[in-house]
Amino acid sequence: MQNFMPMIYSIQVPCRKSNLKRVRAFVETVLERYYINPNEANLMVLAVDEVCANLMIHSHQCNPSERIQIRIKDDKEDLIFEIHDHTVECFNMLDYKTPDMQQVIKEKKNGGIGLILVKKIMDKIQIEREGNHNICRLYKKALNPKPNV
Amino acid sequence: MEIQAANEEHYHIIALKGDLDASSSIKLDTALENAILANQKAILIDCKLLDYISSPGIGVLTSRLDDCETKNISIVLFAMSEKIYNVFKILGLDQLLPIKQSKEDAKLYAHDL
Repeated sequence: MQNFMPMIYSIQVPCRKSNLKRVRAFVETVLERYYINPNEANLMVLAVDEVCANLMIHSHQCNPSERIQIRIKDDKEDLIFEIHDHTVECFNMLDYKTPDMQQVIKEKKNGGIGLILVKKIMDKIQIEREGNHNICRLYKKALNPKPNV
Repeated sequence: MEIQAANEEHYHIIALKGDLDASSSIKLDTALENAILANQKAILIDCKLLDYISSPGIGVLTSRLDDCETKNISIVLFAMSEKIYNVFKILGLDQLLPIKQSKEDAKLYAHDL
């Protein structure tokens, strides 16, 4: 019996907001390998963008000498979007209570909307920290791959 | 992201083109600030050429709603693609913001307020 090797795609970008477009293009390209509704694909791209933007801005202060890495793994059960970075302190989105939109509007808050989106879009979120290495894992139920793409 | 603004009748129209994300949302904030200062009856936001939106873009919109309400200016979005509408819907904003099919529908809605 052959051992199953998960498919892994990866990109690394400096922490600059203009690089979010590169991150999105990378996720879109990987998702083109699967049968997926374009609206659903856009939501997955959006969830990864939200986590990356949050890390670039709040954890790395948009310092382009620091980098984040995005890995997409297909282990046949899940499509896993991993966002890796290195920081002294870890931002754990799971520690934050998600506001509702009425509250966001009433309080004129710009923050919190990204968190709502990520939690609504993804099936599971996991945060792991080893030393100063953080991994945010976003899980989505496996998709059907297109043949020979 | 490209933003074009124009006054038409009693309306201030803001046309969005491209990606509205963390790196470009400041442009929409400036455009909305100018639109509120223009003091028209309504701000109509043309989303026909808007390819992508993430939370900073949505946050800029929602954070200006109160200012507009205070000044009795309505904000109406129109010509949104299904992909963009889906993002508003997942946040429940399709129930909190007027989103219309066309500029004419947006004008009619704003006119009747």
